[in-house]
Amino acid sequence: MTWTLNASDLDDLARGAALLGTGGGGDPHVGRLLALTAIEQYGPITIIDPDELDDDAFVIPTAQMGAPTVVAEKLPAGTEGVVALRALEQRLGRTADATMPIECGGVNSMIPLHIAAVAGLPVVDADGMGRAFPELQMETFSVYGINGSPLALAGENGESAIIDTGADNKRMEDFARALTVTLGGVAHIAEYSMTGADVKRTAVPRTLTLALTVGRAIRTAREDHVDPLERLAEALAPTLYSHLRVLFRGKVTDVERRTVGGFTRGAAQLKAPNGSGMHIAFQNENLTAYRDGKLVCIVPDLICILEAETAEPITTEALRYGQRVNVIGISTPDMMRTPRALDTFGPRAFGLNEDYRPVEAHDAAEEALAR
Amino acid sequence: MRIGIDVGGTNTDAVLMDGDRVVGAIKRHTQTDVTEGIREALQALQSATAFDPAIVEGVMIGTTHFINALVEADRLAPTAALRLCLPATAALPPLTAWPKGLAQAVGGSWYLVGGGHEFDGRQIAPLDEEAIRKATAQMGAEGIRSVAITSVFSPVNSEFEERAAAIVAEELPHVAVSMSQHVGRVGLLERENATIINAALRELASQVVDGLVEVLRDLSVAAPLFLTQNDGTLMAVDVVRHYPVSTFASGPTNSMRGAAALTGLTDCAVIDVGGTTSDIGVLRNGFPREASTAIEVAGIRTNFRMPDVVSIGIGGGSRIHDNGDMVGPDSVGYRLPTDALVFGGSNLTATDIAVAAGRADIGDRSLVRHLDPEMVQRSLAYVARRSTELVDSMRTSAEPLPVVAVGGGSILLPDVLDGIGAVRRPENHSVANAVGAAIAQVSGEVDRIFAVASGDREKTLDLARQEAVDRATAAGATPGSVQVVELDEVPIPYLPGNATRIRVKAVGDLSYTIR
Repeated sequence: MTWTLNASDLDDLARGAALLGTGGGGDPHVGRLLALTAIEQYGPITIIDPDELDDDAFVIPTAQMGAPTVVAEKLPAGTEGVVALRALEQRLGRTADATMPIECGGVNSMIPLHIAAVAGLPVVDADGMGRAFPELQMETFSVYGINGSPLALAGENGESAIIDTGADNKRMEDFARALTVTLGGVAHIAEYSMTGADVKRTAVPRTLTLALTVGRAIRTAREDHVDPLERLAEALAPTLYSHLRVLFRGKVTDVERRTVGGFTRGAAQLKAPNGSGMHIAFQNENLTAYRDGKLVCIVPDLICILEAETAEPITTEALRYGQRVNVIGISTPDMMRTPRALDTFGPRAFGLNEDYRPVEAHDAAEEALAR
Repeated sequence: MRIGIDVGGTNTDAVLMDGDRVVGAIKRHTQTDVTEGIREALQALQSATAFDPAIVEGVMIGTTHFINALVEADRLAPTAALRLCLPATAALPPLTAWPKGLAQAVGGSWYLVGGGHEFDGRQIAPLDEEAIRKATAQMGAEGIRSVAITSVFSPVNSEFEERAAAIVAEELPHVAVSMSQHVGRVGLLERENATIINAALRELASQVVDGLVEVLRDLSVAAPLFLTQNDGTLMAVDVVRHYPVSTFASGPTNSMRGAAALTGLTDCAVIDVGGTTSDIGVLRNGFPREASTAIEVAGIRTNFRMPDVVSIGIGGGSRIHDNGDMVGPDSVGYRLPTDALVFGGSNLTATDIAVAAGRADIGDRSLVRHLDPEMVQRSLAYVARRSTELVDSMRTSAEPLPVVAVGGGSILLPDVLDGIGAVRRPENHSVANAVGAAIAQVSGEVDRIFAVASGDREKTLDLARQEAVDRATAAGATPGSVQVVELDEVPIPYLPGNATRIRVKAVGDLSYTIR
């Protein structure tokens, strides 16, 4: 189904995208304002369901990369994304029929909307991460054989660069990261160009719809004064993210962060009124959740920390001592759990000495305890 | 001795304090003219305590006046926003996402010119001085009276804001200039929003300050005058002329700090039970725990630090429902003195319940004698249960957390909260806000991105600590008394050189020698 995204959808979409960011992905607030001003100026955005995409349609995904702190301070000129898109089109000698997010969690759910509005393109309702991940090779596109290269990268001066590292998408990430720092810590990119057939084969489908559904469930639960987590579970049940587990309800008692290799690594400790404890480790995004020493959720499944009353998602940057939170685990689609997918963004890809185990496979009785 | 004054929406309270001891306290209705209200309060305090103006060492005022002006979009100066940024940031110009009425009320005028810095201090572009001069010419023609200057990453490098301020002052000598580096932290839109609000309040601030200075002169009080800031520390009155926005929301902080001071506690929960709501916050080391979420003021997103306060709709004026099974959230509000049963009205309120239960002696007791004792007990149990839940939700550990109750409606609370402990009700609790203002200290703050070379973490932290301490001293703290009360370091991902955002706050006692 092709549908239209209006300005009035953006609050829900931003909230849902923040949740799918699993603690990272950057605050969607700036992205939401960008999409809003673009819709006000150019009109609503057409969203295409991946199933309705022509097999030979040409899709160029777009995104912003960089440090969230910089993104919140050095706002875009507004031309960067289209400059990157056009630079890649020129290099490939082919014009894009649509753009698409590479990451549906955090700010990158919004950036392609802004670019699409300015460039007059539709947006494909799918992405390559199904959540947020810290690096450009951590894509289902990459897992299922699409090259990120050539990648075009642009800054606010109208400058652009093309990076081509062949089939080595990790190398592409390294090059792009170095250039982003040169550009002041934030850049817009166009990469992983592919056909409509490739989209159907390699992208996580309907994740814009997913973000919208999640954000709407939280909002309407607040309006109706019902438990947001119940609404969320109901909303997720018919999607590819069908299992929601309440992992913990408690308070943040400690947060520790440090920079290692350009990432924020660290951990949060939580305590429940009954004395039970939870340990959540993160590298930009939340990676593992241990309850009383026992693993209950691990990447790539989603570990989301939500404000206890409002179910507003809390990023790792905003985590603070004393916050009252609920922690939930959400199952990822099967295509993100294959051995090849786990090689790219499973526990070992983050240097964790744990095997992946689906969140829904953990003991149901334990879950009851957390309530 | 110190005088503390709190100008709230309903009441203006004033206290005379000798150290931590309340010598005298008065309460008056707040007047439309804030300076006249303060004059009257001071005169009342003078008649109550007969203090000698010469022994007053400082006058500290907390007021909601400036935030009210913003909320009412009233008395705002025609303001221009000048952003030093191009080519970056053009996609989201100043006043983006402001409520339309408020954007119009401040004039809705903005200019973008070349300038700004990167996170590491490199220039985005050289400062376009010619464009600034052109902009000022237009501002002059538009009748702009206040300018808000925001440069990208000015918390890292402030040179462009200072240069631009000098140019504006040269071209438009009678226009007020506000710089974002003094108002907010990293996060461009939020800092810029706060700076524009500040700029729009500058004229009002000058009028109010002039009025207050005159009031003190008339009463022969020569002591320095301060306003309390959002974080519960002091700002000298001449600085308030330039940065009124920092004194915006000091009410909850003053109330909590005052309550704690009256009990001698530095770590506790404070419940302020008013007419319509109960507000609960937590103090650590004598200062309120801050909220971590973005704060919206009058519909504008800012990054002010505000205390983490949770409210429930239970107060002295709350109506009783379902035969005592529910209290509030609706309230007779300011009509309590006429509408409650004990005052001869026809509404059953929480205050009537407290009187019927013998917890308070207000109004005419005989008017509530007919109330069903079981209903009275159920109502009180409801209030106790909700308050207990709320305090519990604010605790961060199972350790006991002392609870201090203040405000006129605190008679509704029991003496002990189940599973939490005794409720302390300090003497003079009804003027806790004014006490909080009177005991306020002076602070200095650093919030910047530092490049932390490996092995140099402690050295960098020391540098940041020292800078905060120096700022507190510069703001008027007695050098030996300054202590670091907050230190927060957040590494910034994806940047080289271990870029880390370090936030330090240092606080010290006010030195009375400065003027």
